[in-house]
Amino acid sequence: MDRSAQIKFPIPEEDLVYSGHTACPGCGAVLALKYVLKGLGPRTIVVIPPSCAGTIVAPFPYSALKIPILRIPFESTAISASGVRAALDAMGKKDIHVLGWAGDGGTFDIGLQALSAAAERNDNILYVCYDNEAYMNTGIQRSSSTPEGTWTTTTPSPYVKDTPKKDIVRIMAAHKIPYIATASIGYPLDLIKKVEKAKEKVGTKFILIFSPCPTGWRYSAEMTIKIAKLATETGVFPLYEIEDGEKYYLGQKHKEKPPKEYFSIQGRFRTMKEEDFRRVEEKVRKEREYLIRMTG
Amino acid sequence: MKKVISANQAVSYAVLASKTQVIAAYPITPQSSIVEMLAGFCAEGDLQAKFINVESEHSAMAACISASVTGARTFTATSSQGLALMHELLHYASGMRLPIVMANVNRALGSPFNLKADLSDSLSQRDTGWLQFYCESGQEVFDTILQSYRIAEQILLPVMVNLEGFILSHTYEIVDVPEQNTVDRFLPPAPPRECLDVDNPCMFGATTDFYINFRYKMHQEMEKAKAICQEQDAQFQKIFGRGYGLVHSYLCEDADMILVTAGTIASTCRIVADRSRAKGLKVGVLRIRLFRPFPDEEIRQALRNAKKVAVIDRDFSPGCGGIFAQEIKSVLQGTQSGLPVYPFIAGLGGKDVTDKDIEQIVEQTHQLPKPGEITWIGLLK
Repeated sequence: MDRSAQIKFPIPEEDLVYSGHTACPGCGAVLALKYVLKGLGPRTIVVIPPSCAGTIVAPFPYSALKIPILRIPFESTAISASGVRAALDAMGKKDIHVLGWAGDGGTFDIGLQALSAAAERNDNILYVCYDNEAYMNTGIQRSSSTPEGTWTTTTPSPYVKDTPKKDIVRIMAAHKIPYIATASIGYPLDLIKKVEKAKEKVGTKFILIFSPCPTGWRYSAEMTIKIAKLATETGVFPLYEIEDGEKYYLGQKHKEKPPKEYFSIQGRFRTMKEEDFRRVEEKVRKEREYLIRMTG
Repeated sequence: MKKVISANQAVSYAVLASKTQVIAAYPITPQSSIVEMLAGFCAEGDLQAKFINVESEHSAMAACISASVTGARTFTATSSQGLALMHELLHYASGMRLPIVMANVNRALGSPFNLKADLSDSLSQRDTGWLQFYCESGQEVFDTILQSYRIAEQILLPVMVNLEGFILSHTYEIVDVPEQNTVDRFLPPAPPRECLDVDNPCMFGATTDFYINFRYKMHQEMEKAKAICQEQDAQFQKIFGRGYGLVHSYLCEDADMILVTAGTIASTCRIVADRSRAKGLKVGVLRIRLFRPFPDEEIRQALRNAKKVAVIDRDFSPGCGGIFAQEIKSVLQGTQSGLPVYPFIAGLGGKDVTDKDIEQIVEQTHQLPKPGEITWIGLLK
């Protein structure tokens, strides 16, 4: 008997990501991709810009994915997904999911214009940003997703990043698209459920997946899941959903831990001092209040 | 049916007749009326195409690439700054071997700002792996769009059809827009090719050390492209009774002096050639219609009896001169080393190139025993 039939929320056993891909040990992004494709299934076309993901899946003539892949320039993930969808529609092909898969650099920065346009047109695509909070593929340079207080190779100590992480979720919510979610590789069930929910909706869907990066965040590879969970438990990366840009749903309440626990175990935050932790804690508290208020 | 339409409208009618499936475009002067008309065709159901209102030309080309790699027949149109913004993706379109057709309404690139005709926008994209046509009339624009789909779908390389802003794009002329069933005889649905397909997953745009091999294959296709352009032109002529060739020669056979140019300036050159002949000076005109791949054999053939060549460029490569002049010199290299090439720059930024200007070019070329520096025609005082 199929093992998955015995459990409440069956996760497809088939992996659409082959082993033998070229990700670093402990890579959060590759787990994110694996889970999202479990949710979407094999009738999916994925668009990937230059990124870790592009490097991981695509050393010619091999491919680490069992689905068709289109690799396009950095700015164009969202519009390329839209272009694939337009062609499928024009050719009368209906039962195919179109996935745009980009990192935070490709989403928060260089790809934001095309993403905003696709969301404004409400093109029928799922856009997933695997967020590892810097340009990891090119060697840990800051992105606009990099949080305040972070060391990167372009925000070296003592000039660590001194502005907050861009709030991409609120930017996307302002487009009033049908579905937005934050998810984390620390909570795969929740993540896959969100993908399943997104694929039932017509229009632009956006999921931001928290994807820790041992190489760039300066921690040891076996801690990836622990750090992902800590981010949510400390409130640094809250899990929630937004429907039509207005209806907020907060994820299940997790044991609350002080943000310092999350920051103090990563080398990238090593210059943070007590006053920095206090400032961050205050921001986390305000964000939690905001989300509770929005949930109503 | 004969219609009195602008060349921009001829583009739109040709795209309608081509049964294009996905159109993505961003408006820019002087291209806008093309996309407005196409949006209208889609809205009214005359054209069963998906029309994507993108937020930039960069996205317009990205959408065409993605739709084309999924298997759809695609189209976009742009001009000048828009084409420059697409630059990165032009390489992707040809590198992925996609039969995209694009109309480019030639306009000057800023700065300074100028909305009028200048071929430097498309000529500065010459190394992107696109075939490039330069048209002279609304009819030729219409016909070249149809031919371009046939050519692109046969060799799997994208084609750019160029028409000069305002001078051609906004000029109303009689254009024969043929019946759909006649067009269908010339342009059937695209033959099958490798595409994104969930039933046969493959990857487009992979990272590879085989890069040089991919470029070599493109080179081989470009070499074949000239013959295919000629075949399709001949096929077109059989059905529609009109053909253009890769170059258009006028009275070149016995000419002592040949004026070489592209686009609408050629029309004026032919009038001046007739006048010069009436005065006893044997002048011919060679219009380059296909710029990439460059029709070197045809050009050498047309120029073989000439004693002097004057090249009139409505384009400019700073530090070098006219782009057609460079290309002509390179084609002549090693074959007719004695043939002098007189370089002229004229009509930049939509400046009119009048019959008087061309008479001056003929006179100067006739008088000077050897070519000197570039002569700039029409500088304001």
